[in-house]
Amino acid sequence: MTDLVLKVEHLSKSFGALKASNDVSLDLRPGEIHALIGPNGAGKSTLIKQISGGLTPDAGRIEVLGRDVTALDTVARARMGLGRTFQISSLAMEFSVLQNAVLGALGARRARGGGLGLFRNVMKDKALLDTAHESLARVGLEAAAQARTADLSHGQRRQLEVAVALTLKPRLFLMDEPMAGLGASGSKELTGFLDGLRQEAPILLVEHDMDAVFALADRISVLVYGTVIATGTADEIRTNPEVRRAYLGEEELT
Amino acid sequence: MGREKFFNAGMLLALLAVPLMAWQMDDPFVITLATKVAILALAGVGLNIALGLGGLVSLGHAAFFGIGGYAMGILAAHAQNYEPLFTWPFLFEGSNQMPLIWLVAVLASAAAALVIGALSLRTSGVYFIMITLAFGQMLYYFAISWSAYGGEDGLSIWVRNEMPGLNTLDPIQFFGVTFVILCLALWFAARLAQSAFGLALSAARQSQERVETVGLTPFKLRLMAFVISGAITGLAGALFADLNRFVSPTMLSWHTSGEIMIFVILGGVGRLYGPLVGAAVYILLEHLLGGISEYWQIFLGLLLLGMVLFARGGLIGALLGREVAHD
Repeated sequence: MTDLVLKVEHLSKSFGALKASNDVSLDLRPGEIHALIGPNGAGKSTLIKQISGGLTPDAGRIEVLGRDVTALDTVARARMGLGRTFQISSLAMEFSVLQNAVLGALGARRARGGGLGLFRNVMKDKALLDTAHESLARVGLEAAAQARTADLSHGQRRQLEVAVALTLKPRLFLMDEPMAGLGASGSKELTGFLDGLRQEAPILLVEHDMDAVFALADRISVLVYGTVIATGTADEIRTNPEVRRAYLGEEELT
Repeated sequence: MGREKFFNAGMLLALLAVPLMAWQMDDPFVITLATKVAILALAGVGLNIALGLGGLVSLGHAAFFGIGGYAMGILAAHAQNYEPLFTWPFLFEGSNQMPLIWLVAVLASAAAALVIGALSLRTSGVYFIMITLAFGQMLYYFAISWSAYGGEDGLSIWVRNEMPGLNTLDPIQFFGVTFVILCLALWFAARLAQSAFGLALSAARQSQERVETVGLTPFKLRLMAFVISGAITGLAGALFADLNRFVSPTMLSWHTSGEIMIFVILGGVGRLYGPLVGAAVYILLEHLLGGISEYWQIFLGLLLLGMVLFARGGLIGALLGREVAHD
């Protein structure tokens, strides 16, 4: 257990009287997909924000690749290899799809110690373009490379979020609902893609699409009212009475 | 994109052709107007890097314009009085050489932008507007009370500063100097906009979160943009002071900041040639309507209102349509 990629210990965060994270502990092992599920308002996004660095926890600590990152900001964590996709798209809407991907490649270059040029046309930089095109091709967005990002469908924006994260060649992924808005076939495609991606870097996956979660996840954590009520394999979660009561309700799990 | 390039080239040619014709017809006043357009456009090109590319609404760019102006005023005043500016660590008697004055103006305004930017960029939105305004006004009142360099009355320079190989007292030659500098600044701004830095800065304007998530620091990008922006506006200030052979605290007042911003907004925020179009229209209106009524700015106000309400892309946006993402 020494080579955990991500270790979250006793994380707490309150907004006034609301405990968005209540003594949350979870971890991410190499090569796995760890899904985080829970009803709306359970605190999933708040947790992701604390892990990525956008929000400071009130208590607890976060380790990435064995290093305490609790005090580091988003930029420092990104440079350490934390790749994140957003639930609400954070893409540069005026840019072309390709430009968004190039921006990611640029961030990766900067993380390796490279500089940002002031004169050279960035859209003619072969190394950056290669990285960008490769990532777009992997998520199946190559055909839309020249499209304006604002013109993309919601599903395509999610794909682009994933593509930009790929350009960073991260050591772990935090994905906040990458399937939302994709539709049945798109979601199936992305499921297949994430399945292979876990060998490159483990994924902490927040997802509402239960088919995808049960198909992909090595482990599942269930978050309810800011508390992790269970962590286990898909089968363990399916049969856990507390989970059924608190989250899944009457719904039959298959 | 082709159409915009065509339009831009036409604007530059017009700016070149008008004073040349005036020179042929021996009308130095028109040449001076064109020189003013070139200089004010240069100030706008500076602001446009912060405002258009970086989304930083600075209402304090008069600070840099004025610092550039005072750099010229102070250096030239010492040169004409033969009172050394300082004697330690070496004797420096001021200067009436434009290249040296420009260098000092650029360095001084860049240094000021570094300090003002480092403090202001910790805020955003309306607070950023207010804090840049406050810094500008601070310098304005400082200049008013700085009696060694004219205080409220300002500083007059008797003879225009010198440029090696040119007679800068000849209006068309001085126009040429400002025109070349404007072209260089436009070229630089164009390169900057399509560089890796420009892409990251523009992304930070659209989505701060996105830029942080790929591991780039928006604060550093914006500070760099603010310094470059301030330096270019400072250079324009030095030229403006040389055009008038006069510097006064007015250059530092928030009216000046507002005017520079009007050039940018009138022409089109973020459009490379926006400041040139804006400055040209402003000077034309001032010249044509100013003769009819001293309240000519009422018409400017109406035009600006129309632009903001109906043509958010400014005049260039209204003429050429929405900007295509750079290729």
